Amino acid sequence: MNDADDPLSRLPAPDVAPRSRLLPSLIWLVPLVAALVGLVLIVQTYAGRGPTITIRFESAEGLEAGKTEVRFKNVVIGRVSTIELSEDREQVLVSVDLSKDASSVAVEDTRFWVVRPRADLGGVSGLNTLLSGAYVGVDVGRSDKQQLHFTGLEIPPAVTNDQQGTRFTLTREDLGSLNIGSPIYFRSVPVGRVVGFDLDENGEGVTLQAFIDAPYDRFVTRRTRFWNASGVNVNLDANGLKLNTQSLVTLLAGGLAFQSLPGGKEAPEPATENSTFRVYDDQATALAPADRIAMTVKMRFFQSMRGLSRGAIVDFKGVELGAVTDTELEYDPGQKRFASTVTATVYPGRLGRAYEQLRAREGGEDPAPEVLFQRMIDRGLRAQLRNGNLITGQLYVALDFMPKAPRVISNPDIRPLEIPTEAGSFDQLQAQIADIVTKIDSIPFGEIGGNLRDTLKSAEQVMRQIDTEVAPELRRTLAETRAAVEAANSSLAAPDAPLQQDLRLMMEQVDRAARSLRNLSDTLQRNPQSLLRGKPETPDEEQ
Amino acid sequence: MSAVTARSLKIIGCHACGMVCQHVDTDPHGVRCPRCGSSLHRRRPNSLMLSWALLIAAAVLYLPANLLPIMKTSTFFDGRSDTILSGVIVLWEEGAWDLALIVFVASVMVPLLKIGVLASLLISVQLRLQRGQAERTRLYRMIERIGHWSMLDIFVVALLVALVNFQSYAQVGAGPGAAAFGGVVILTMLSAMCFDPRLIWDVSDPAMQHARPHERR
Repeated sequence: MNDADDPLSRLPAPDVAPRSRLLPSLIWLVPLVAALVGLVLIVQTYAGRGPTITIRFESAEGLEAGKTEVRFKNVVIGRVSTIELSEDREQVLVSVDLSKDASSVAVEDTRFWVVRPRADLGGVSGLNTLLSGAYVGVDVGRSDKQQLHFTGLEIPPAVTNDQQGTRFTLTREDLGSLNIGSPIYFRSVPVGRVVGFDLDENGEGVTLQAFIDAPYDRFVTRRTRFWNASGVNVNLDANGLKLNTQSLVTLLAGGLAFQSLPGGKEAPEPATENSTFRVYDDQATALAPADRIAMTVKMRFFQSMRGLSRGAIVDFKGVELGAVTDTELEYDPGQKRFASTVTATVYPGRLGRAYEQLRAREGGEDPAPEVLFQRMIDRGLRAQLRNGNLITGQLYVALDFMPKAPRVISNPDIRPLEIPTEAGSFDQLQAQIADIVTKIDSIPFGEIGGNLRDTLKSAEQVMRQIDTEVAPELRRTLAETRAAVEAANSSLAAPDAPLQQDLRLMMEQVDRAARSLRNLSDTLQRNPQSLLRGKPETPDEEQ
Repeated sequence: MSAVTARSLKIIGCHACGMVCQHVDTDPHGVRCPRCGSSLHRRRPNSLMLSWALLIAAAVLYLPANLLPIMKTSTFFDGRSDTILSGVIVLWEEGAWDLALIVFVASVMVPLLKIGVLASLLISVQLRLQRGQAERTRLYRMIERIGHWSMLDIFVVALLVALVNFQSYAQVGAGPGAAAFGGVVILTMLSAMCFDPRLIWDVSDPAMQHARPHERR
């Protein structure tokens, strides 16, 4: 190739200048940095992850995978990652990714529950979840043992582990209006709540778990009495109407109250955890002195038990001595009639000072209450059913002394003690009324009615006879009478009536006769001899 | 197919001013254009190495880009963070399958495709394959063109972050995945830029037959 001919050979040569050589291999720093950054990012994200736990719930209502948070004291410590059905399809398994710093949450006695909006009479909770959706609440346990599988609670626990206080066991006949969360008051201050309840093994009662917050739990002593504060206590006394209720909430949602019995010399010693207390029906019963001595008595009544319910009070001169526990109908073959046996529990201690005095009278050794009551029966103590309420017909058992009551001889060793009965005042009244009614009943109203009806019938017959037979006759008679009167009238009253003429004539004749008689008498007066001698010579003057 | 190239004519062109001068086989690092002073090189210097390095960096970042949330949404009701794929899934489940498809293609497929194509180009050059050179060049042109489209996700996040900012009511923030994803896109673009497509053809140049790829300049 000729350089002169070749235009390319005439091209200028490039400048050759040495320059700083930047190490091209430094470019490998880029992937290195990228790897580092990626690693840091991933580590940052995944290092914050704590353990993954699973919780069993009855339902996944309100829960959303990837969205629902797990909160402890309203701090998010984890998030629900997946929700799936359990193998038996009875429950849901909720997997939760806990954050790194919350790994200590996954211990044995930690409890989980779903916080949803809840509105009950005790208050409204979880209202914020209305907008934000449900979240999983946590009560962190105190155990050190790690656990990754939990069973969630269906209702939020009334007491969380971080609350200070004491638990007590309460027994009751029924739950009433109480529920988990029902408040417990001490002198009207809410100091605790019911945290659980359970039926007794035999189903004859309810055991309640109560939690009293610290520091109020020290007020629960061995002398403490619990009572049901639900409902309203209405007192009508000389001071007027008194309405007593712990709070409006207990009125609606139920609640308990407690107080210690007054007195006692020893310093009240706080009750130990899980001590058992009985729940009384009301404050008066709870704080009543000494129900320690209970006595079962029997009474037989020969009247209807209608209106006498279990729990009806046994009253002695206005003191509520006890309550009816049972009524039973029995047949008395001896008297061939039915009798009702009423069993009641009586607390003689409620007689108070009277009881002490009675006991003192009995002498040195402590007499059984039955003995005391037997003495009273001998002195005329009788049981009577009385009307507590005339409108509803509720009955109560009244114990009273009836000096006129016939003496009853009974075996004083029979237990339970039987208190003789007397028909109640109302019963006597009832019997009298019944008597009157019987007498009224014995009047032969039917017969009287029949007779009356017969009489009426014959009267009616007579009347009809009068109407049909007598009346026309009478009318005719009347007409005839009238005619007769008219005839008489015409024959007597008319001036030209013959009778009148005759009468006038007769009158004239009588007049004449009378004149002649006068003349005669005059003549005779003047000439009395004329009777013998006859007429004088001058008779003319008299004519 | 054999072609006349600048190398076979022993000339070299300036990339900056277009002046052509003679090629001298001296120290290539010191050669400068006599007119404008730019450094002269026949092929991009260290093209393969740079390309490889950037590509590997992009591939490394691709993992966090897809695993980490790119967007954190917190509203009055709840807060959530979305990765690219979870966003696609949410879109798909809500019935916006067209949008889901676009996001999936732009944000998952395209970066992956780019990384794959660039890697195959680099490997084919290093293995000095002679077949399909025209196709490979076409592929290269394509990935260079679509490169910036995969920034779609980043654009969306950037827009939302700026628009949705109502303090406690609703707030959108970029997650760590967004940074990684942006890194992937930028690194693949740079890698594609560093790659010299002429290397694909150099294997057909008889003058370059026996030269080691990194020696060819």
